[in-house]
Amino acid sequence: MSIPADLKYTPSHEWVRVEADGTLTVGITHHAQDLLGDMVFIENPAKGRVLNKGEECAVVESVKAASDVYAPVAGEVVAANGEVEASPESVNKDAYAAWMFKMKPANPADVGELLDAAAYQKLVESEAH
Amino acid sequence: MLKHTPLNATHRELGAKMVDFGGWDMPVNYGSQIEEHHTVRSGCGLFDVSHMLPLDIRGANVRAFLRRLVANNVDKLQVSGKALYSCMLNEAGGVIDDLIIYFMDETWFRLVVNAGTAEKDLAWMEKMNADWGMGLTLTPRRDLAMIAIQGPNATQALNEALPGVDQITASLKPFNAAAMGEMFIARTGYTGEDGFEVMVLAKSAPFFWKALMEAGGKPIGLGARDTLRLEAGMNLYGQDMDETTSPLESGLAWTVDLKTERDFVGRAALEKSEVTKQLAGLVLLDRGVLRSHQKVLTKNGEGEITSGTFSPTMQQSIALARIPLGIAPGEEVEVEIRDKKLKAKVVKYPFVRNGKVLI
Repeated sequence: MSIPADLKYTPSHEWVRVEADGTLTVGITHHAQDLLGDMVFIENPAKGRVLNKGEECAVVESVKAASDVYAPVAGEVVAANGEVEASPESVNKDAYAAWMFKMKPANPADVGELLDAAAYQKLVESEAH
Repeated sequence: MLKHTPLNATHRELGAKMVDFGGWDMPVNYGSQIEEHHTVRSGCGLFDVSHMLPLDIRGANVRAFLRRLVANNVDKLQVSGKALYSCMLNEAGGVIDDLIIYFMDETWFRLVVNAGTAEKDLAWMEKMNADWGMGLTLTPRRDLAMIAIQGPNATQALNEALPGVDQITASLKPFNAAAMGEMFIARTGYTGEDGFEVMVLAKSAPFFWKALMEAGGKPIGLGARDTLRLEAGMNLYGQDMDETTSPLESGLAWTVDLKTERDFVGRAALEKSEVTKQLAGLVLLDRGVLRSHQKVLTKNGEGEITSGTFSPTMQQSIALARIPLGIAPGEEVEVEIRDKKLKAKVVKYPFVRNGKVLI
């Protein structure tokens, strides 16, 4: 499914899963990897890095171009996925399994500002012309 | 309104992702550009290159015309079907285009020029034709489609698709062509693999493409075309050289023939010029991707990446870069990527040929 209903989304095409312990798992959406093409390079933020909402924190690079990934909310990076850095093409294979990093939100309520699946779907549809 | 090749409907039927390529509606990939790249190095890939322009030059003085028009020497072409890669220069020694010239007979040479420069090239050649009083007929062959068949299995696929053609392919040497009616088979390519570039009448193209697919050829888009040619160390006009650059600073000195007294457009400027830069191959040692226009820092000053990519065959980023002279293969330089200075090694290119990594 290209826009899972149980995830949250950002206008810059990141997906966010709220884990049971309140941490957030972040990746880029199926739509984003489709636009970018074959991935060749991923650079995740370092563990411990403190991010503001919307801050550039990671880079995904496809054969075509490099693209920035933005922090969905303010918080601290608690883990980065080395597997996806070693095999960037896994993002093309399954964008929702290929998580990039995990973060602890500075304010758990901030998650409420993210888009739900329906709102993200509308966004994607409006971008297609 | 974008221009269409005779295979436009075929690409769309195959689910190609289409893009605007210099005013042409072209397939950039049919799914995965990286898979397409690997297919060419290990099997057989098919490329629609009909956007490029075959140009027939006919008349009594074609050889004399071309001796003066281009930087390489067409007198190297004495056997019918033999081909020559050359730059066409302006009076300042800058590159108007790079092209391939096929000698068919003393009254007929065929040129193949780039899509984006075709109109410019034709206007330039017509002007020289008139200025020099050559009386030649220049015929752009937009009635032809061109399909490149590339990879270790290219010969097998072509032979299977066109029963009987093995009589030609069995003895066709690299950089030679054979004409059979309006079909023109050249053993040339832009990938560093064995293969052919075949011209057929436009209306035959969809049928021929499907026959090649049935013989095992896989459709390949422009995305893979670029990673393949860069691995093979082949220049791309508009990126690695243009009207403001000399062939001598573009890795193309080997295509400029100054060995005889032959006068050609741009020769005087080249002989007066001082060469201060070279086109070098780079391999990125740190993780990342080299791209056009990134700044290169060397012990002798700054340079610039002209073409960069992530090499699927080598699983590393590679590039061609215009850098100062005096930096030799094996030496390290730095490349500025997103405010970081990453380490790269200068290498002699090509990087890959016939499926093998050379560096």
